Amino acid sequence: MTRPAPALLKGAAALVAAALVLLNLGALGAVAWRAEGGAGWGAADWAALRFTLWQAFLSAVFSVALAIPVARALARRRFPGRGALIVLMGAPFILPVLVAVIGLLAVMGRNGLLNDLLALAGLPRLSIYGLQGVVLAHVFFNLPLAVRLLLQGWARVPGEHLRLSAALGFGARARFRHVEGPMLARVVPGALAVVFLICLTSFAVALTLGGGPRATTLELAIYQAFRFDFDLGRAAMLAAVQAGIGLAALLLLARLTLPEGRIAGLDRDAPPPPGGLSKVTDALAIGASALFLLVPLAMVLIRGLPWLSDLSAGVWWAALRSVATAALSTALLGVFAGVLTLMALTRRWPEALGMAALTASPLVIGTGLFLIVNPWVDPAHLALPVTALVNAAMALPFALRALLPAARRAEADFARLSASLGLSMAAHARLVLWPRLRRPAGFALGLGAALSMGDLGVIVLFAQTGGETLPMQMHRLMGAYRSGESAGAAVLLLALSLGAFVALERIVGGRHADT
Amino acid sequence: MLTLEGAEIAQGGFRLTAELSVPEGARVAVMGPSGAGKSTLLGAIAGFLPLTRGRILWQGQRIDTLAPAARPLSILFQDHNLFPHLSLFDNVALGLDPSLRLDPAQRQAVLTALDETGLSGLEDRKPAQLSGGQIGRAGLARVLLRARPLILLDEPFAALGPALKRQMLALVGRIAGETGATLLMITHDPEDARLLSDQILVVAEGQASPPAPTGALLEDPPPALAAYLGT
Amino acid sequence: MRYPTLAAGLFMASAMAAQAQAPVLHVLTYDSFVAEWGPGPQIEAAFEADCGCDLQFAAPGDAAAMLSRLLLEGARTDVDVVVGLDTNLIAQAGPLMAPHGVETALDLPIAWDDPLFLPYDWSWFAFVYDTTRLATPPASFRELIDSDLSVVIQDPRSSTPGLGLLMWVKAAYGDEAAAIWQGLAPRILTVTPGWSEAYGLFLEGEADMVLSYTTSPAYHIIAEGDATKAAARFDEGHYLQVEVASIVASTDQPELARQFMAFLASDAAQAILPETNWMYPAVLPESGLAEGFQGLIRPEPSLLLSADEALTLRDPALAEWREALAQ
Repeated sequence: MTRPAPALLKGAAALVAAALVLLNLGALGAVAWRAEGGAGWGAADWAALRFTLWQAFLSAVFSVALAIPVARALARRRFPGRGALIVLMGAPFILPVLVAVIGLLAVMGRNGLLNDLLALAGLPRLSIYGLQGVVLAHVFFNLPLAVRLLLQGWARVPGEHLRLSAALGFGARARFRHVEGPMLARVVPGALAVVFLICLTSFAVALTLGGGPRATTLELAIYQAFRFDFDLGRAAMLAAVQAGIGLAALLLLARLTLPEGRIAGLDRDAPPPPGGLSKVTDALAIGASALFLLVPLAMVLIRGLPWLSDLSAGVWWAALRSVATAALSTALLGVFAGVLTLMALTRRWPEALGMAALTASPLVIGTGLFLIVNPWVDPAHLALPVTALVNAAMALPFALRALLPAARRAEADFARLSASLGLSMAAHARLVLWPRLRRPAGFALGLGAALSMGDLGVIVLFAQTGGETLPMQMHRLMGAYRSGESAGAAVLLLALSLGAFVALERIVGGRHADT
Repeated sequence: MLTLEGAEIAQGGFRLTAELSVPEGARVAVMGPSGAGKSTLLGAIAGFLPLTRGRILWQGQRIDTLAPAARPLSILFQDHNLFPHLSLFDNVALGLDPSLRLDPAQRQAVLTALDETGLSGLEDRKPAQLSGGQIGRAGLARVLLRARPLILLDEPFAALGPALKRQMLALVGRIAGETGATLLMITHDPEDARLLSDQILVVAEGQASPPAPTGALLEDPPPALAAYLGT
Repeated sequence: MRYPTLAAGLFMASAMAAQAQAPVLHVLTYDSFVAEWGPGPQIEAAFEADCGCDLQFAAPGDAAAMLSRLLLEGARTDVDVVVGLDTNLIAQAGPLMAPHGVETALDLPIAWDDPLFLPYDWSWFAFVYDTTRLATPPASFRELIDSDLSVVIQDPRSSTPGLGLLMWVKAAYGDEAAAIWQGLAPRILTVTPGWSEAYGLFLEGEADMVLSYTTSPAYHIIAEGDATKAAARFDEGHYLQVEVASIVASTDQPELARQFMAFLASDAAQAILPETNWMYPAVLPESGLAEGFQGLIRPEPSLLLSADEALTLRDPALAEWREALAQ
């Protein structure tokens, strides 16, 4: 079913598209344009490329594979505190890298809890440094995202199907083959691609835990080209390679993505979950993942809480600025995601465009924008809007991953009915799409706000003194021996990010948005 | 009168042609083997499938160029006739105003339609809280409210038991009678056809034949229908 | 030229109010310089007290970020003075700079007569350790190689201390540098993108030693009353980090810029630096140094490659380093 899009929507889509193209291609173009001379591609770059792909691939596979039992357990079990646990388990994804790494080290580091336990048991200590550490940290960050994406897949399995499988006496294998497998075949490629793309531009994690130049990623090579060699041509070339890999991954994803099934139910409740052995495995999956994700968070809290009262006014002001930036960023994200979702119901380009931000190097976007803006306006004056814009674009891929499947599903199920009743685009969006999309929209906006809150990307290039955000301030404290205050700022940041996420998910998503 | 002039619908390797007309007020059962294109025919009339050739006319006016909602008809699908997140009242009210901004008179009309279809008191329920029969009635309440001159039924009651289905068909008959609507109804059951329709339109072998009187056709079915009916 | 958007305006209001009509001196520096606990706020207050001007800092990140900002802005820059480049970075910045004109005698462990770059503070790179965990630290790179200790260093491709260590090994060992790195490889727990991450790992107890400065322990002694951190003295000598300030040739406030350079070398500014930047002052103030600085090691000899040598050696040294550690 195609319904002509109203002119207003078309205009908005054109604007959004222009903004995103400017961000992704314009920034890269600006850097390349300023480049002088050619840039060679050496043996070290091949090594960096290989490591980048390998670690991103492993991180994606482990994150998603581990997320499957966790998401299934969370989807079918009901227990007190389940909602809160799901929210908390999402926290690592929105944590600033540095905070998360410190939390992770407190548990898995050389002097961490885990190694202390192993030592007590007389076992050899584990080392977190090296490829295993990089992948572990990436799984720590991305398992929560993968769980959420898969949970949405489970939420879209009609209760009727589960009833049917219960009625037919399906065991775990039959249920997987007939109900969960087909759903996973639709959701897993997308989740894999998202995690792969996130890890593709990894830099600080890969370097800090990678153990040395073996763990050089392309993003680090870009960083070096900018900072030390001041070789813009080389930076642009490396960024283009990185973007090319990302786009290839996206194209592969587009080929792998199966169409949404046409069979849906009436939102009836799922039957009680299976008991027996699956009860034990579910408990194990939830317990183990909660420990893995929450103990490092607890360590961050334990270390930072005592310092919270000692934080200076500068830190609190920075927190206020972060909240303002996140608010603006979230509003922009809402517009971007809304327009692109509506357009993506009938076309393919909006999805590709929205996902493209994942393939771009944050450093290149920041520098490119700086080059574009600098001749006209003092970049410091644009620190807030530019940061908000870039953060919105960076969160857009996650928002679309959450929104599009639900939107396409709603469209497949109800577009005919809507058309036969003569619902206008606006009425269709309001009465049909929105109620079906509230929940993923709440998740997407919450995620956008939280990611923006913790971002330490372009703002660094643009902000001037007095314009620091909380992550910047936290990083500075750490860079000035003040690890205690920095830990306090980390707690504040964690609280703000999680708070924004929970608030938006609840307010926008509603408690039971679509039943 | 509904007229299909040299109409052809092609989809992939599938092709269906129709050269027929249905008189106003007629009640037509659409029958034929599974996969013959019964739903395709109704989908084309309702505007969900484009014609590759020919025209569709209602009372001499061309309708195949109109958007689905602009065509003078109501359609009920096999499923997805109700939005699961909207209340019964809202689902029916959509028939009057697709943006759900109703004035008091319209609200009253919705309540009346619910009353006439035996759904009083269930206004606030969501579809998941309704029985199969109630869901069928809700679709019909909306058809009643829209009062379009042509009603297309794509087996909306296929899942119901025989007794319940008969009730629904009786209700359809009453609604068609009240509004004077022309009825096209897909069915597999000759009993349904005898009960409600005065003519049968056979869809088989890539062709939709002009409707013929029910009794005669069922007594002496053409080969395609005979094979399907197993007589 | 101002285009304050409504949102940006909120943030700019205070900055704009302070601006009035006084001439503005734009100073580009690294971010920890301008932090509220850094030297920036005190330097600004002291200088503005009698310059009749408005000193504005811009701090786009660390020293390398600052240099790349300067090069990105090129001729369009409105920066008047750059504070915080070190000797490994100044070769690239040289062509943009004008003579500073300051004649003050400097208290550096080496001779310094660069007309463009004026040192304002300095320290030696050193491996810092915790005396409660390590009784006898290694006394040379070779001893470190033969030990079973773990160290955290910074990546020379993304941080100035990392680059400093690269130059240290090169200055001390020349052609043997590659062999030293190969020997060090098993001792290196990990390589971090910046100083903060490395020092954080060390404080967490992840590694026995971290590449930092001989003056780092002064922070713990003075600010935290903690005397357990110390720098290991290496027999090869220690590489110097000399932080310099310079006037951008395209400045529209040459007078004010020269006035600022002179101020930076004065007692007033120099007394601020040790306990905010945790480095030695380039000119020892009359008040001397706080007690926390007294017990620190003062290694000899001091190593330092000239700016041009540092630039020429960087790429081959980087290749050696990568080669040795990538195995």
